[in-house]
Amino acid sequence: MIMEKHDGFMKALKCRECGREYPLAATHVCEFDFGPLEVAYDYDRIKKSLTRAAIESRPQTMWRYRELLPIAGAPTVGCQVGFTPLVKADRLAKRLGIRELWVKNDAVNYPTLSFKDRVVSVALSRSKELGFKTVACASTGNLANSVAANAAAAGLKSFVFIPSDLEQGKVINSLVYGANVISIKGHYDEVNRLCAEIAGKFGWAFVNVNMRPYYAEGSKSMGFEILEQLGWRIPQHTVVPMASGSLLTKIHKSYQEFVKIGLVRDAKYHVHGAQPTGCNPISAAQKAGLDFFKPVKPNTIAKSLAIGTPADGFYALKVMKETGASAEDVTDDEVREGIRLLAECEGIFAETAGGVTVGVAKKLIASGRIPANDSVVLCVTGNGLKTLDAVAGHVGRTRDIKPSLREFEALINSEAELAAAI
Amino acid sequence: MSVKVRIPTPLRKLTNNEELVEVSANTIGEVFTELQTLYPGIQERLLDEKGEVRRFVNVYVNEEDIRFLQNQQTPLKAGDEISIIPAIAGG
Repeated sequence: MIMEKHDGFMKALKCRECGREYPLAATHVCEFDFGPLEVAYDYDRIKKSLTRAAIESRPQTMWRYRELLPIAGAPTVGCQVGFTPLVKADRLAKRLGIRELWVKNDAVNYPTLSFKDRVVSVALSRSKELGFKTVACASTGNLANSVAANAAAAGLKSFVFIPSDLEQGKVINSLVYGANVISIKGHYDEVNRLCAEIAGKFGWAFVNVNMRPYYAEGSKSMGFEILEQLGWRIPQHTVVPMASGSLLTKIHKSYQEFVKIGLVRDAKYHVHGAQPTGCNPISAAQKAGLDFFKPVKPNTIAKSLAIGTPADGFYALKVMKETGASAEDVTDDEVREGIRLLAECEGIFAETAGGVTVGVAKKLIASGRIPANDSVVLCVTGNGLKTLDAVAGHVGRTRDIKPSLREFEALINSEAELAAAI
Repeated sequence: MSVKVRIPTPLRKLTNNEELVEVSANTIGEVFTELQTLYPGIQERLLDEKGEVRRFVNVYVNEEDIRFLQNQQTPLKAGDEISIIPAIAGG
């Protein structure tokens, strides 16, 4: 890989609202209008370096698309992250009534079983380049797990801030790595507000605050992988869960970038957004035909999506409008049903956000917004083992017997369902 | 009515690096006007051409988003704490 100058393939940070440019530092907001800053790249140079042949010759991690990820040198944190399976989900396709269905399975992403390992490996690699020793985040859980684990492996100190009502699995999954876990009595939006204030006071690399322009770009790797794993083509439909809305905008950006540098042929595609009904500011706005959202107070079992003031909500709405896509939301019961459907059809146990994605896909297919003859990719972003509380008591039951053949036979004879399984 | 306003990092160049400033105001709208008097240029950073709070600016009174209150008409009482915070990404 040719590294001609210190900034790699990055040119500057650029305000998404007004276009003002800033140096490639740990900063995230335009001083003029508070618009989010985004990394601008030198696509002409990237096009020469990032060919299909070059990509295919590299290790199967997210870093095979290195030129389109915002670090200056080689990655130093999370070098094994990504290239998760894209599963052809024929049994689920049949159940949902769609011709071609794929599941991009980040429930098995390395090392902490969610898509957040993608953004964190970028954010921490960049943090090291910028000389930080302490990293931090505000998190609904998955990000906390990933920052804690990747910081431990990289020898960085970490602070993670979480809402106090988080699932136990996600709390333990942060503590075990030795992270400083600060639990805030409030919902995520309150954690976020506090972290914005803390970030202004402490000189840390806050992955989703001052490191956000780099951090957010890591999500693109999920889209790049989908395109490569589909045989270098764009799926007609992609269904993406929305919390802040960032992932949806970055999947769209990844498709556009691959078109721009000639890695895939341009084609019409739709990027649909999925939210839980108990926290649906973006989908409610989309369904009402608005280009702005109204903040909500979250109340949902899909805690990883419980962001009532979604920072990228405007851009997510814009992407859905531009790609002719829809948003939809599903109730807690539909979330659990979605989790079960995916598990029973494909053997994939997703966390609640995955249940949201499956539930919304089901609705979009049933209503014809995703036509039955099309192809669709579902983005599953986290692992069900982390949100056991949400499904406990809703996924069947064990039959308890003594270690006796007679008892087992009696049980089989007493239940038609078990008898049918023989 | 004397209230405290927390100034976010991106705006501190305008407030001579002051993090916390006191202004006298009865509503959030008046806070913006007062800030503008004290620190010329600050208002256009926070409000758009139509006078609406810019879409990436979140304003809180004692930790509550003003969009859950009465936006710029939100009444204030002495000692209230106002935070101005850029929208942040998810996690």
